[in-house]
Amino acid sequence: MPILEFKNVSKVYNNTTKALTDVSFSVDEGEFVSIIGPSGSGKSTILRCINRLVDVTQGSIFFDGHDISQADKKEIREIRKKAGMIFQHYNLVNRLSVIENVLHGRLGYKSSIVGAVGHYTEEEKERAFHILAMLGLTEQAYKRCDELSGGQKQRVGIARSLMQEPRVLLCDEPIASLDPSSAKVIMDYLEYINETMKITCIANLHQVDVAMAYAKRIIGITGGQILYDGPPEKLTKAQIYEIYQSDEGELITDAK
Amino acid sequence: MSELNMTEKLPVYIDIKEYMRKTRSGKIKTTAKSKGGIAIRITIFALVALTVYGFLTFDYKDIDMAKAVAGTWNNAKVLFGQPKLTYNTLAGALKELLVTFSLGALSTIFGAIIAFFGALLCAKNIANPIVSGITKSFVAFIRAVPTILWVLIFTVAAGLGSVAAVIGLTFHSCGYLIKAYAESIEEVDAGTIEALKASGASFWQIVFQAMLPSSISRMTAWTFLRFEINFTNAIAVGAAAGAGGIGFDLYMAGSHYFDLRELGFITYIVFAAVILLEILATGIKAKVK
Amino acid sequence: MQSKQVNKKVYNDKTENNAERAPRPEKQTSIFVKRKRSFTLVFLGIIALFAVSALITEYNVITGFESIPKAVVWMAKQFIPDAKAWSRLSSILKKLAETALVSVAVTVCAAICAFFLSLFGTKTTKAHPLVARIVRIIAAFFRNVPDVVWAMLLLFSFGQNILTGFFALFFATFGMLTRAFIETIDEVSASCVEALYATGATSLQTVFNGVIPSSMPEIVSWVLYMIETNIRSSTLIGMLTATGIGYLFDLYYKRMDYGSASLVVIAIVILVIAIEIISNRIRKVIM
Repeated sequence: MPILEFKNVSKVYNNTTKALTDVSFSVDEGEFVSIIGPSGSGKSTILRCINRLVDVTQGSIFFDGHDISQADKKEIREIRKKAGMIFQHYNLVNRLSVIENVLHGRLGYKSSIVGAVGHYTEEEKERAFHILAMLGLTEQAYKRCDELSGGQKQRVGIARSLMQEPRVLLCDEPIASLDPSSAKVIMDYLEYINETMKITCIANLHQVDVAMAYAKRIIGITGGQILYDGPPEKLTKAQIYEIYQSDEGELITDAK
Repeated sequence: MSELNMTEKLPVYIDIKEYMRKTRSGKIKTTAKSKGGIAIRITIFALVALTVYGFLTFDYKDIDMAKAVAGTWNNAKVLFGQPKLTYNTLAGALKELLVTFSLGALSTIFGAIIAFFGALLCAKNIANPIVSGITKSFVAFIRAVPTILWVLIFTVAAGLGSVAAVIGLTFHSCGYLIKAYAESIEEVDAGTIEALKASGASFWQIVFQAMLPSSISRMTAWTFLRFEINFTNAIAVGAAAGAGGIGFDLYMAGSHYFDLRELGFITYIVFAAVILLEILATGIKAKVK
Repeated sequence: MQSKQVNKKVYNDKTENNAERAPRPEKQTSIFVKRKRSFTLVFLGIIALFAVSALITEYNVITGFESIPKAVVWMAKQFIPDAKAWSRLSSILKKLAETALVSVAVTVCAAICAFFLSLFGTKTTKAHPLVARIVRIIAAFFRNVPDVVWAMLLLFSFGQNILTGFFALFFATFGMLTRAFIETIDEVSASCVEALYATGATSLQTVFNGVIPSSMPEIVSWVLYMIETNIRSSTLIGMLTATGIGYLFDLYYKRMDYGSASLVVIAIVILVIAIEIISNRIRKVIM
């Protein structure tokens, strides 16, 4: 059974801007899917529909067997616990320590008050250290996040989402703000998490070559519609041009 | 709270305990110590302590709080609920509003012109550091004197009337705008200035070709903001220094006729004017952009 | 500090416009002419505004210019503390301390109320749009009613009391800070708030773990700025409500005891500058 299924999902912002039109696809547990497409094609909207940061206009989304397109507040909280999210700009609380940011991943499991006062169990803190150790960040644990480099910040972002014990990781342009070597480190970690921890990964990526190298499956969208859905090997150049709505020679990947 | 159950799956080969810091009670610490964080705490603590100390030492003159609050509430209901003009006509009030508006406009125009040249002396990226330092201290001094005091000082020298009000308001506007303009100029890209300098441009060429084009919209925004402040200040000055305009009407209604309804009506006029001004300013700012 | 009040997005792009249009010279000249024309138009507009304003207020430009050297001469002669003034130093300092304390207390109380209210006005807490709108209207109301009106209104029931000045300043500060906090919170914590909601955190948890830690420095900075502003405003309010340092100045000024009045001004200047210096130091550490 697929862990995630989009059925004819459409999203319209402010009654005017069409972000997604009749999008359908499904993702099996443990898959590494990459969504590619030009800016504004609806990649971010797809991810945000899954954890309901964005409301769906039409259609239904099944997550772990439940239709979540009409979920109420309580159900949304349950979904979000199970779906970790990683952001292009890391979205950490920069003035707090690394370990505090990682522990934020547990907030969904706590009552409002307990989470608000920032009370975490020793078990949770140890777990946070374990995750930090796995991501090579133990030495940074007590640093403030604004002291970290971009690559380190993104690893904190990953740690925070792992702290949620997620079923699926939603990665929204995880490497778009990073230099190539940090980007590789992050992608390697995501691949590792996907393979060893069996967490489903859905990553929006700008770079076609990165998507081809890491993903087992590629979904290409443009103008809010899916143009390609299949393994990276079968993605032809012509299809890439169609996804990016450009002619041969115009894409930066052509330079090679 | 749900159980953590994936710990054993994590392949970690270092001793994480080594990196953990413990609190006195033996729990794992989570917070980071930072200078900024401590400074914020001390600042907040000091401010709250001063507040408490203030409340404990203020001379309340045995005021009956319940009565005063209830009285104010009733008065507020009359003021905002039953506005009515008795001593002024609507035309008269609008004319006074126009006077206040004009006082604000004059002092903003004067202030902006003077501040433009003052800012050139002040901005770090073009001015001589010594000149900049002196100008900055002088400006800080001008800003530190409350507007109303400037007006009263000039009232002695120039007599009661618009001259004292305008010059007094101008003084503070200058202090404010010089700082604001200088900051806008300081944000101009250093590369732009360097490029022009390299091409042999003169000081004024740099100012008019590089500085002004790239900071004019910010400066306009500041000027409008100051105009709004000058308008409110002109009301206050009119009330407290008798410098005329709608502020003086407010003062008369409140402290002379003791007429809450009149006060209310004038308040609504001022209110409408301020909102109109804000809309106007937003429109013009959008055009300059 | 004050730079926050201006919309930071207002950025000029005339130079970029030029570069963009460089390939089409015929268009560039027309733009150049257009710009010159609009510059002339603005210039004429300002002159017209100036002339009309001067007419309405019966402002005499010559008297205006003459008054400045006159004022300087007068200040140099009369507006300096004399022996009588120095004998009043202790009572001046006492009133000054009171004014400073009132300003701090007003700002702190207003900031606490404003912060609480602003949480319902920001996008970060996902408050109902109607609630957010009401909060903004409340803030606009308190901000735009002149403090003179508050002072007059309170004077009726509170009389010449320290609380009259306190509440008059409180209402205006409350309005100012509510708007400032809403903008600050929306600007500073939008990104981390999204991430916290994405983990399943509730609004309350997000406020405590995201909004407060990330916006605190800006908020403290605003509070410091308002304390400084309120000391200046309280001089004016003090004149109207016969309290604090403003009253003292008014008293000496009306008695034409300019020596003592000048000492009051000097005292205020020193206090305001001292607070500005301390605030800037604090800002440097916390930002």
